[in-house]
Amino acid sequence: MGERILEVENLTVDIPLAVGTLHPVQGISFHVDRGETLCIVGESGCGKSLASLAIMDLLPKRAVRRADRLVLDGKDILNLPESRMCDIRGNTMGMIFQEPMTSLNPVYTIGNQMIETLRRHRRVSVEDARDRAISLLEKVGISAAASRLGQYPHQLSGGLRQRVMIAMMLMCGPDLIIADEPTTALDVTIQAQILLLLAELQREFNMGLILITHDLGVVARIADRVAVMYAGQMVEQGSAASIFTHPAHPYTRGLLDCIPIPGKTRRGQPLGSIPGIVPSLIGTVTGCRFAARCPRVLDVCATDPPFRDGPAPGQAYRCHLDSTGSEPGAGATP
Amino acid sequence: MLVYSLKRLALALVVAVTVSIISFGLLYLSGDPAIAMGGESATAEDIQAIRVFYGFDRPLVVQYLDWVARALHGDLGKSYYFDASVFDLVFQRLPVTLTLGLSAILFAIALAVPLGIAAAVRPNSLIDRLALLISVMGQALPSFWFALMLIVLLSVTYPLLPPSGSETWAHFVMPTVVLGYYATPAIMRLTRAGMLEVLTSDYIRTARAKGLRPPVVLAKHALRNAVIPVVSLAAVQFGFMLGGSIVVESVFALHGAGFLAWESISRNDLPTVQGLILVFSLIYITLTFLSDLVNAWLDPRIRIG
Ligand SMILES: Nc1ncnc2c1ncn2[C@@H]1O[C@H](COP(=O)(O)OP(=O)(O)OP(=O)(O)O)[C@@H](O)[C@H]1O
Ligand SMILES: [Mg+2]
Repeated sequence: MGERILEVENLTVDIPLAVGTLHPVQGISFHVDRGETLCIVGESGCGKSLASLAIMDLLPKRAVRRADRLVLDGKDILNLPESRMCDIRGNTMGMIFQEPMTSLNPVYTIGNQMIETLRRHRRVSVEDARDRAISLLEKVGISAAASRLGQYPHQLSGGLRQRVMIAMMLMCGPDLIIADEPTTALDVTIQAQILLLLAELQREFNMGLILITHDLGVVARIADRVAVMYAGQMVEQGSAASIFTHPAHPYTRGLLDCIPIPGKTRRGQPLGSIPGIVPSLIGTVTGCRFAARCPRVLDVCATDPPFRDGPAPGQAYRCHLDSTGSEPGAGATP
Repeated sequence: MLVYSLKRLALALVVAVTVSIISFGLLYLSGDPAIAMGGESATAEDIQAIRVFYGFDRPLVVQYLDWVARALHGDLGKSYYFDASVFDLVFQRLPVTLTLGLSAILFAIALAVPLGIAAAVRPNSLIDRLALLISVMGQALPSFWFALMLIVLLSVTYPLLPPSGSETWAHFVMPTVVLGYYATPAIMRLTRAGMLEVLTSDYIRTARAKGLRPPVVLAKHALRNAVIPVVSLAAVQFGFMLGGSIVVESVFALHGAGFLAWESISRNDLPTVQGLILVFSLIYITLTFLSDLVNAWLDPRIRIG
């Protein structure tokens, strides 16, 4: 793969609440290379959105962000003052949100909002910015692009608005796009279109793409690498192929059992589900966060599990079980 | 936008006609106008003569249409009290009231909107508390007391401003502050609440994700959405101030239309009261119409009405 676009090491987000401190992101590490799609998957509430907002430095005011390293394009962005961070957002790093219906400003035209993005970061004339907006709208599959520029968000459907958001974030030709469940709010028929569009644009613009999604079917189709989050932690990471063919973490296996795989799942065979609920993220917890729901839980799971290398190169997971599924020390027993 | 404006205009005209009927009817609400005009010593023949002379014996519809036709030509009848036409009386006094109302609402907006924004940007900060204090005081202080305190301070103790009259701009300073301060709390609270809500919205997060600088996010993306309800409120407040400036006009001896209304009511000078009500209502209707247009300009979603 190409050069490293983003490097995140030990990213933590804490939110002080009246009842205690919430730990929605507990020291996660990952990286994205140029031309690569990283999919982050995990149950609702496991901290995916807060992790991506933390990278953008757009966390809610009271949230506290910490990390060992946060590097974009080889530059440390962890300790940048807000004014320098403004120069980066929308320029080298863009973000697409879950709510297309409310993510565009209702009182300005599409054109106005797209053009201001480019002109904020580049010295270009309004005409040139307009031309770029038109060509990008065409690129994201919007017909009659020139006339759309004069329209307001309420005149467009949700799918079109999300396409506009994508085009807007591409105005400056960013190196990295973070798309946080960009299709959750859309019709099923449109979801696939938008995700494939993102994958296509990622290739064409040769960007890094972080795609947060619940949809493992989509992950299988467009991800180069997959990161699995559980209760604020990264529990498994690796190439898409390795995660799908030999998942190592019991949670990842559980997730994969929940979806039908064409050619593998027999018709009529019941799909799996993971019993139990996600543990509270408030207060300090030690041990494996998944232990309470794990079908293979051991006594040792009350202590923090180590990060282990998985069966494939580059695959890593956080568990006491080794990658063949045998228990620690099992090999030593005669 | 054009369709919307025409619709609003049509509505404004309907309201104007309704208001004209009401103010026309006012003359009859208080009893037979001929008796009122004739005074206590008038005989039955005198009253009948007055009735015929002023046309009170004709059908009401004819009288109304006649009255409207004259009003459109600027003839609002004659004052019972002054030897002058109501039109001249009202328009002689109106500039003072309009100047006072306009300067007061501008003062209120200039004070309330920035304070409201600052309070919303930093909730529970010192500036937020200051804004709350100003707002509470604005509601608790009676305007006559506030006016008198200002006169004591700025005209008596430190003779900086004239205490009464309406000759120069300096005469308008204290009345503007007193009247404008009265409208400040509501405008400020609405601005603050609107900003607080808008600042947590998804499109503000988008604006920040595009790298826009905080002042641009605030002034371009947040403010325009937050002030939409404030525009309507300011128009209503402005209307109130025109009618409600009686106390301020009397304290500072600004002989404006508010003061004229007060005098005319106490003198039973019905044509003048009627003319004032008509003119004030029309101003009020125009203000509402204008604020609707401003809102439609601010918010494209309103235009598809
Ligand atoms: N502003 C906030 N204040 C307090 N708690 C928050 C805030 N935002 C999120 N949380 C909590 O942090 C946890 C992680 O939230 P986050 O939005 O990152 O989850 P997610 O993985 O994106 O879930 P989803 O798939 O539903 O979008 C959740 O328990 C959530 O309730
Ligand atoms: Mg989320």
